[in-house]
Amino acid sequence: MEMQKQPIPRKAFKLSPEGVAYVKNELVRYEQKQSAIIRSLYRAQDENGGWVSPEVIAELSNVMDIPAAQIEEVATFYTMFNKQPVGKYHIQVCCTLTCGMLGGRELTDSMMKEAGCSRTGEMSKDGLFTFSKVECLGSCDTAPMLQVNRDPYIEGLNEQKGIELVRSLRAKAGK
Amino acid sequence: MAEVKYLSEHYDKKEYRTLEGYKKHGGYEMLAKALKMQPQQIIDEVKASGLRGRGGAGFPTGAKWGFLPNNGEPRYLLCNADESEPGTFKDRVMMEKAPHQLIEGMLISAFAVKSHKAYIYIRGEYMGPAAILEEAIREAKAAGLIGKNIMGSGFDCDLDLYLGAGAYICGEETGLISSLEGYKGQPKLKPPFPAVQGYLRKPTIVNNVETLAAVVNIVRDGGAGYRKYGTEKSAGTKLFSISGNVNKPGTYEVPLGYKLMDLINNECGGLKPGRKLKAFVPGGSSAPVLNAAECQNATLDYECMTQLGSMLGSGAIIVIDDSNCMVDTLSTITHFYHHESCGQCTPCREGTGWIEKIVHGIIHGHGKPGDVDLLLKISDNMKGRTICALSDAAALPVLSFVTKFRDEFEYFIQEKRSKVKGTQIYAQMHH
Repeated sequence: MEMQKQPIPRKAFKLSPEGVAYVKNELVRYEQKQSAIIRSLYRAQDENGGWVSPEVIAELSNVMDIPAAQIEEVATFYTMFNKQPVGKYHIQVCCTLTCGMLGGRELTDSMMKEAGCSRTGEMSKDGLFTFSKVECLGSCDTAPMLQVNRDPYIEGLNEQKGIELVRSLRAKAGK
Repeated sequence: MAEVKYLSEHYDKKEYRTLEGYKKHGGYEMLAKALKMQPQQIIDEVKASGLRGRGGAGFPTGAKWGFLPNNGEPRYLLCNADESEPGTFKDRVMMEKAPHQLIEGMLISAFAVKSHKAYIYIRGEYMGPAAILEEAIREAKAAGLIGKNIMGSGFDCDLDLYLGAGAYICGEETGLISSLEGYKGQPKLKPPFPAVQGYLRKPTIVNNVETLAAVVNIVRDGGAGYRKYGTEKSAGTKLFSISGNVNKPGTYEVPLGYKLMDLINNECGGLKPGRKLKAFVPGGSSAPVLNAAECQNATLDYECMTQLGSMLGSGAIIVIDDSNCMVDTLSTITHFYHHESCGQCTPCREGTGWIEKIVHGIIHGHGKPGDVDLLLKISDNMKGRTICALSDAAALPVLSFVTKFRDEFEYFIQEKRSKVKGTQIYAQMHH
């Protein structure tokens, strides 16, 4: 994912009590405790408004008693952890092969224009949208398609439907 | 021959997702049968069935199971549900329609290979199927089908779901193991193979979703019975994911050996009116592309695809008609492999980036004479020189696209536009 450098607001982060309980449970779920890192990162990312800040890594390191470097290794390797702030709706459009052939890239452009994003990785001014072109999501028979945050897929799109989706998400957010 | 619903017999029934609905159609009866067999008997039936791994490599499943050492160490069974090969979506369909079929297949397989701990490794984007599987695992645990003393047999097996977080490389079995161990998903050098030293350096079997589901049918029909479909070297049925320029894309189960053109024209409703077939990718984006002439008599089995210089892979067929520019089509593939290279090995890390840069240069009108030969040279140097097969997987499509559609690449470099009339080339450099 292409990420535009933007000034990053630094904000303290603490997991909620439920979040701490979730992480503690994950720590004993697998054969060894570092296997809990991925799910714990998802949880912390959700609680931090959709991205993994240095403060998130520090908090998880503290709660999990795992070196921060090890958590950062995981956070930076996998694409589903956002290392920059993203909008309320992180729209990930598949652009690989079939989706690329059937209009995924053009769909992204049309939606970005409607949302007010000039490039991928950049958040719209209203804070609602960030777009990423992502690699094959495994739904090629319904190309082009996309995923908003980690919600179920939205499939069988075209440019018009994409624009309508942006509008409906904006309405849902009350803006 | 036509579409057969052998594994997918009940996929159209919504109730099949639930434990109750699955049991209504014979669910978990094969687990009960298997638990009364000797583990070796099950392995022998799987060997006799000729079942080959459905994730992409096509390695004989029974032989893989046979590599486990008898050293008394704990063994692990891992289900590879990372399904990330571009074009592939059949495992997602299987997990959504029949989560208990996978769980039953895994429990039988775990019993056969004497494993007491099994994991399903599912890609992080598959939140929908992950939720369905978690519910199915919960139901199976509550019913005593997972855990201690399963069905009173004395066999214990725990089964859990592990979530990935977006990385194609975790579909490579040793990359998957690294990820499951809580590290970045970088592959490990083989040997030792996972069967000898895998997860936590213990003997480990990694099998694809479809492979494990097929074990249920093998226990039901026996190894010989399973062979009622397919060919001598490609036994059984396979779920194909078909996408691209056909009228009815989707997942279709057909016997191996089925004619490609029949699948396209019958099950998939043919091409769009007025369009001609230009190429097809038979086994996910890593499989070398085949041209229209090669498609005509192609059959969907391991032997024919090997003969044609490609591979059956995961059974992901991408149909490409004459409206597509092959240079542009290749550009999304080269971007994919550059993005997904884990960065460990130089030929892959550098080669995938270099290739992407050249192909993207061509479609943006910056192609230079000699680019085509350079692409061939770089790709050739990426093969067989790295820890895992991602580098080869990145090189093969380039070699085949450039060799078979060389005129389109040459034309684009010279004229700075596509040879395919009316093609709108996506003009933004940043993907």
